[in-house]
Amino acid sequence: MTKVLMKGNEAIGEAAIRAGCLHFFGYPITPQSEVPEYLAKRMPEVGGTFVQAESEVAASNMIYGSAGVGIKVLTTSSSPGISLMAEGLSYIAACELPVVLVNIMRSGPGLGGILPAQGDYLQATKGTGHGDFQLIVLAPSSVQEAVDLVVLAFELAEKYLNPVMVIGDGMIGQMMEPVEFPPEGQGKPLDPGDWALTGCKGRKKRIINSLYLDPIECNDINLKLKAKYDLIAKKEKRWETYNCDKPYDLLICSFGMMSRICKTAIDDLAEQGIQVGLFRPITVNPFPYEACRKAMDKAKRVLVLEMNMGQMLEDIKLAGEGSKEIDFFGTAGGVVLSPDESLLKMRKSLRKIPKATKAKPKKKPAKKTKAAKKRKSR
Amino acid sequence: MKKIFASTKGLTDRPTHYCPGCTHGVIHRMVGESIEELGLRERTVGIAPVGCAVLAYEYFNCDMFEASHGRAPAVATGAKRSRPDLILFTYQGDGDLASIGMGEIIHAANRGEKITVIFVNNAVYGMTGGQMAPTTMPGQYTTTSPFGRDTAEVGYPVRMTEVITQLTTPAFVARVSTHTTREIVRAKAVIKEAFRYQAEGRCFTFVEVLSTCPTNWGLSPREAVKWVEKEMVPYYPLGITKRPEDFTEEWKDGGH
Amino acid sequence: MPTIDVNIERCKGCERCIDACPQEILGMSQKLNNKGYKFAVMVDEPRCIGCSQCAIACPDVAIEVYVEGAHYQFFQY
Repeated sequence: MTKVLMKGNEAIGEAAIRAGCLHFFGYPITPQSEVPEYLAKRMPEVGGTFVQAESEVAASNMIYGSAGVGIKVLTTSSSPGISLMAEGLSYIAACELPVVLVNIMRSGPGLGGILPAQGDYLQATKGTGHGDFQLIVLAPSSVQEAVDLVVLAFELAEKYLNPVMVIGDGMIGQMMEPVEFPPEGQGKPLDPGDWALTGCKGRKKRIINSLYLDPIECNDINLKLKAKYDLIAKKEKRWETYNCDKPYDLLICSFGMMSRICKTAIDDLAEQGIQVGLFRPITVNPFPYEACRKAMDKAKRVLVLEMNMGQMLEDIKLAGEGSKEIDFFGTAGGVVLSPDESLLKMRKSLRKIPKATKAKPKKKPAKKTKAAKKRKSR
Repeated sequence: MKKIFASTKGLTDRPTHYCPGCTHGVIHRMVGESIEELGLRERTVGIAPVGCAVLAYEYFNCDMFEASHGRAPAVATGAKRSRPDLILFTYQGDGDLASIGMGEIIHAANRGEKITVIFVNNAVYGMTGGQMAPTTMPGQYTTTSPFGRDTAEVGYPVRMTEVITQLTTPAFVARVSTHTTREIVRAKAVIKEAFRYQAEGRCFTFVEVLSTCPTNWGLSPREAVKWVEKEMVPYYPLGITKRPEDFTEEWKDGGH
Repeated sequence: MPTIDVNIERCKGCERCIDACPQEILGMSQKLNNKGYKFAVMVDEPRCIGCSQCAIACPDVAIEVYVEGAHYQFFQY
């Protein structure tokens, strides 16, 4: 397998094609415009369809129509555009159709700015649109992972007949990195199953609908969806721990690009003999609460670093159930912490850990003292 | 005994929920007959709107979508571009198409999507209880224009057929009515022609059908059809306003 | 002899068929159907010419038209 150097947005477009998605409906918005630009060129080459919609509202309804006739389909947008897509997504989730969408997050609220942010975490995981529905939400932290997760997104969408969103902050879309793609021609077309509208030849007519005027019937639909979301939560949680095999006093929780910045800071600290763990959810919905709790249990204190004002923090608090002191530092508006600045935040949290706890001979206290000494010596 | 007129296979047996005298039933039947007579029913996918025809997916005997308010042309675009062998039609009311869905319909028409749009214009929001529509006649009383539509405040009714006709992209655009049997016979021919154009992959097709809403107009069904003739037809002239054959070559290269 | 068959349970009593009939041989029943509507009835069956105009005007697909022997189609529908 050869690696190619590619911009994140273009890599996302190519990943979709490799996953067998030959239909794209979308609307330009910075910082994701390279996806439609790339696919406008690339789709005709592979016999696919590219349509530039008149708005994100229309784009989300176009993917509803496309998925409804049993076709693998992708749309991409950025924060304000995702707000406009909320309508279509609610219908798509209610009708249980497989679509994949990518949100290359920019800063908000309102028009905000065009620089990277993570302010759509709660929108993606908790409140994408009206009614009781959930998306599967994947958060990559590199261009390579964005490619892998887009491919996975199509698998999950088809497996659970549910919309899947990949959230990458603006940096993932804009930076260039070497990436490896799955080979061409491996992605299979969607199985139209017993739900897609393909014309009623030789069978009874099918309806794709989300109107249930009978309250009992509508309740049943909600229960059915809930059962599906529970199953997804049971089977599909993914996460990464970094530097967690060694004992650590402080656990960092972050996702997406921020976690990658933290890793650099963690490596720096490790060089100085201070071990800090990192917990990074890959599926931010369903959130891996149990794994997060496990990582938190090993720490004395938790620091959540995000490019927002404390959105994933809420999930970390739920995972911790008040068992640990949690510090938070967030930036927004396109301000991104550097590894050095993150390191300072980590040190600040480390200093808050009471010294008395060091005496508790639970796990290798010697190492911790060493680390503390080194810290003092600085 | 030979049966010369019966329900079509293009419709299900389900009685409609429409009010007495509402011409939605006639328009449903004309669409059902057209797709059946042209042999398209088994590859047709219809799209129901939000409005009185929200339950249309129960009545048409073909695969059906239920779209969100006004977005049927976008859903049809997605479906048609994904499976071009399907026949796509949207069935939309005036609130759905001319108000909330104005953006979607204009752009679907301008892209020249090979779909058929059936636009039912009854000059009022029916389902929500008789509020003012973009197509409500000047001076017409509705629950949100209780003193009559004041054109100084809210402008004149939107003539969608003329709006779509203005676009350069080739299309088949027509306005028909249902207020007399003669007009229904004409309307049926036009709707069938629209589906034929789509089946041939020719162009975007748009048929506006003037319809009645006796309940919200506060008229009997028989008075309602007279109201269409007296009030609506002069403002909404009937006829085919655009055919793909009319497209002038001069625009092919941008007028150069 | 042409005739029509009104599906009285589908009929909603809008009376459009009465206006549509060129022979003026349709009227409304005195009875109500299960939905509570008066339904269309033919009052002078021998004069029916099988033109189908009542059925074409009916919004509820409640009318079927029957003819016997050779029948002249008045128009194309």
